[in-house]
Amino acid sequence: MATVRSDRAPAATDVIERFDPLERAVHWTTAACFVILMATGAVLYIGQLEVIVGNREIVRTIHVYTGLFLAVPLIAGVLLRRGRLLRRDLGRLSRFGPGERSWFRPGEARRAIRLGKFNPGQKVNAMFLGSAIFVMLGTGSIMHWFAPFPDDIRTGATFVHDWWAFGIWISVTGHIFLATNDSEALRGMTRGVVTRAWARSKRPRWYAAVVGDPEDQESS
Amino acid sequence: MRPPHEDPDREAVVGDGDAGRGAPVGRRVFLGLLALGATGVVFGREVADWMERVLGPITARDGTGLSAFLPVGRFRIYSVTGDLPSRARDKYTLKVHGKVTTPTTFSYADLAAMKPTTLHKDFQCVTGWRVHDVEWKGVKLADVLDRVGVTTEGKALRFTSFDGTYTESLSLAQARRDDVLVAYELDGGQLSSEHGGPVRLYVAPMYGYKSCKWLETIEVTDHVIPGYWEHLGYDVDGWVGRSNGRDDTAT
Repeated sequence: MATVRSDRAPAATDVIERFDPLERAVHWTTAACFVILMATGAVLYIGQLEVIVGNREIVRTIHVYTGLFLAVPLIAGVLLRRGRLLRRDLGRLSRFGPGERSWFRPGEARRAIRLGKFNPGQKVNAMFLGSAIFVMLGTGSIMHWFAPFPDDIRTGATFVHDWWAFGIWISVTGHIFLATNDSEALRGMTRGVVTRAWARSKRPRWYAAVVGDPEDQESS
Repeated sequence: MRPPHEDPDREAVVGDGDAGRGAPVGRRVFLGLLALGATGVVFGREVADWMERVLGPITARDGTGLSAFLPVGRFRIYSVTGDLPSRARDKYTLKVHGKVTTPTTFSYADLAAMKPTTLHKDFQCVTGWRVHDVEWKGVKLADVLDRVGVTTEGKALRFTSFDGTYTESLSLAQARRDDVLVAYELDGGQLSSEHGGPVRLYVAPMYGYKSCKWLETIEVTDHVIPGYWEHLGYDVDGWVGRSNGRDDTAT
């Protein structure tokens, strides 16, 4: 399973694969959907933007159909045979390794953790955004196809949709900020590779697994 | 210590029972957040009402205006056209015509000179958002109709907006209700462009889309002509709680 690209040009041997093409395709289509949804959602929600953009019917239609499509790349990626690495990474994102909870507390313990492929912050972000897709899909559907629902349920759905949107804005802008602050991590998602040096220092437990060094795989 | 064959990178594919790998919190958090969202849908109205009561007095004093972005008892501004329709009060006119004895064009001052009515009512959007206890001031639509004199042929009203696109309708009986206003004040201040000023319709017992903003003309017709959103599937008789798929007791 090791994906060392030793057959590449000499400079390329310094890098290892982090995300395969399918994972990157899922990431970037989902990211594009999020950007469209956040932009159109802001117009629908913020009066000052609505009065500039207007055309509510068009903006609403874009928002609704992008929202309906949002989960499609992820679900398709998981179901596809080629989605093996995606499925495995979702599994990695969904559980904390030994001692990783102390990552959220600053101090010595945090630095002592040997991280796997993802840090605990990325895991929490993924759990929130992953569930938020479906919370927004459900509440958004009630808001759009409101006919069968009592007014109180419509009000409740709007309430949840609004507050979750705040969470999504914080989560996504934080994610973009942190990614743009670490060009190497960003390259993992744009080109699919990271340098060995980055992997060794930032994600040692993952690096050890990739290079297949049993001595170095111990986690504490 | 862990046997070497247990590759930590394969933690996703080993069973959930392996305590040393860490619990699969992801699934729990995922389902927990979905449950929280569902709970929010069911109890969101009560929580929103509570927040409006508690936070309302605080946000009212917020000088920065940032709290206006929080989803607490706030109006959403809807405009179906590309820009914000705007008209100065001294340029504003309301033309009432159709099946009437004396077609009349009212200026803003004409309307302001008529007997005012003030209502304290909730504003409910068909999609769910709601603003409590809004103060509306204006002229009863019934009074306007009495001025122009509806002929026996007149059975319904068609409203147009100076945004150039929006239209609405009411039956004559609906239009003559005491809680239907040609409104020019909101919460004690002049009606702003965002809220449909200088003059808009306010139909208290119906969903917000019935309350035509930027009101420009009222035509008395012999039958109900469906308006903008009604062509897109909304009910013509937009009673709150008794239309658009529901038949609840009115709020």
